[in-house]
Amino acid sequence: MIRRFASNKGAVIGVLILLIVIGLALSADLLFPRGPWAMVQRPFLVPFTMDGFPLGTDTLGRDVAAGLVHGARVSLLVGLVSTIVALAIGVPLGAVAGFYGGWADEGAMRFTEFFQTIPNFALAIVLVAILEPTLTSITLAIAIVSWPPVARLVRAEVMAVKSREYVDAARLAGLSNIRILTGEVLPNTVSPIIVMASLMVATAILLESSLSFLGLGDPNAMSWGYMIGAARTVIRSAWWLSFFPGVAILVTVLALNLIGEGLNDALNPHLSRKGTA
Amino acid sequence: MAVLAPILGRLVKALITLLAIAVLNFFLIHAAPGDPAVVLAGEAGAADEQMIAQLRERFGLDQPFHVQLGSYVWNIVRLDFGYSFRQGAPVLDLILERLPATLILTLTAFVISLTLGIALGVAASARVGKASDSVLTTLALLFYATPLYWAALMAVLVFSVELGWLPGFGYETVGAGYSGLARIWDVIKHLILPASTLGLFFMAVYMRMTRASMLEVAQMDFVKTARAKGLSGPVIRRRHILRNAILPVVTLAGLQAGQLVGGAVLTETVFAWPGIGRLMFESLAARDYNTILGVFLVSAAMVIVFNILTDLVYRLVDPRIGARA
Repeated sequence: MIRRFASNKGAVIGVLILLIVIGLALSADLLFPRGPWAMVQRPFLVPFTMDGFPLGTDTLGRDVAAGLVHGARVSLLVGLVSTIVALAIGVPLGAVAGFYGGWADEGAMRFTEFFQTIPNFALAIVLVAILEPTLTSITLAIAIVSWPPVARLVRAEVMAVKSREYVDAARLAGLSNIRILTGEVLPNTVSPIIVMASLMVATAILLESSLSFLGLGDPNAMSWGYMIGAARTVIRSAWWLSFFPGVAILVTVLALNLIGEGLNDALNPHLSRKGTA
Repeated sequence: MAVLAPILGRLVKALITLLAIAVLNFFLIHAAPGDPAVVLAGEAGAADEQMIAQLRERFGLDQPFHVQLGSYVWNIVRLDFGYSFRQGAPVLDLILERLPATLILTLTAFVISLTLGIALGVAASARVGKASDSVLTTLALLFYATPLYWAALMAVLVFSVELGWLPGFGYETVGAGYSGLARIWDVIKHLILPASTLGLFFMAVYMRMTRASMLEVAQMDFVKTARAKGLSGPVIRRRHILRNAILPVVTLAGLQAGQLVGGAVLTETVFAWPGIGRLMFESLAARDYNTILGVFLVSAAMVIVFNILTDLVYRLVDPRIGARA
């Protein structure tokens, strides 16, 4: 499986990029000990003109490179944690719906459908605006708009697996429903969930950056979306302020998508025709 | 009637969904930190004691919880979305005034992304494995990872600031006094950048899907039959493969049309496009919760209308669906 993943050129590039981003995020305090908010030079310093400030400075004279490296922390953290929370909502809901069927299925799916009808991004905006923008509320809002596809996927997988012979065998052996579900059924649905999760981290990073762009970021945390949002009005005079953070988002999200596709091809080889699209 | 009956069912379901969103809105107001009356008044600075007392009375905030919920939902049913103290107008008026601009923008973006996405997907699948296929799929991968608002800003930078080809701001040239065709042309010129950047992400989605779907259908037996009959490649692709491959793409497009409405908040913010997305952005800064929740409800309604419309188109394109339902 690992060999199949490693033979996918895109996936390997994705892993390399992600490792670099993670490395930068972890060493942010070493690289830029003054933090992202410190005013270190004159404002509107053009990139590549002064040693030590390769990406220039922003409207207040803050180092753009420092912002990028510190912002990586927020993007990765929110992307990862919100995906975990979304899985924590979607997996049990989909599992119960698929395993028990009947009214549990009906109720859970109605609930899921309701959340799928609501425009994702608009709901996320409303949630963060009303709960006040903090890292917690942003993460929670992204999780709340991201779990429905997980629930649907898990439900479909559980339904496919639960009528297999080994599940019948477990039932005959006298295992309880819960033991069968958690011990026999769910472990066999893990690979599509992993693929979906890697793509969800990418979407979550895009969502977080979009919220911060609209001014709904945590005011105490430097983030890529915030940098672009703050530079929006000076785009005509200072292109680099929006350009570099955007590239950072693009490259990170691209890396995660490549990894997700690589995982898909490696874990579900019979589906690889679809996956390479 | 055979076509209308399921649509009627969907309309009932749509109304229930909207009511549920109204209930959700009510709980959100109460989830906000602080006094709900202050939340409704917004931090406009105008919220004096007397006004808050009036609001408390008007929304029955001194009444039991279920009575409050009932009167809130009833107000929404009567299309009373409350009053925006910040803008000094009823929320419904504000939304109705801005809705046409958003409809034009999202519909144009939808049409652009769907037609271009399907066309490029078909083109890529016809040249699968060749260089042009790789170029197209790589581009799709890039667009798929590009933040929408950043694509919009970069488009302004290149096409408006640097090249000066297209306006990057607003809905029409202010003070130009165009009328008739000249005015329509002016609006179209203002529409090109916002609509294409809003559609970019979705174009990538539809292109990837079309390509995958085309390749999958091409493996099926009836395509081999067509080939055995001696039909030419392009005819098979157009008449046999595309017709079958396009269905899942249209379904997905219908479901995702809703995301366009959300994306419009970002695009309209960048381009100062006077739609409900821009209204939402302005309300965020003003903490005008009544307006935010109103826009939220209306955008959910737009999504539902979009979905019903695609469903209808779908039934017309593929009569088998109506027969099965």
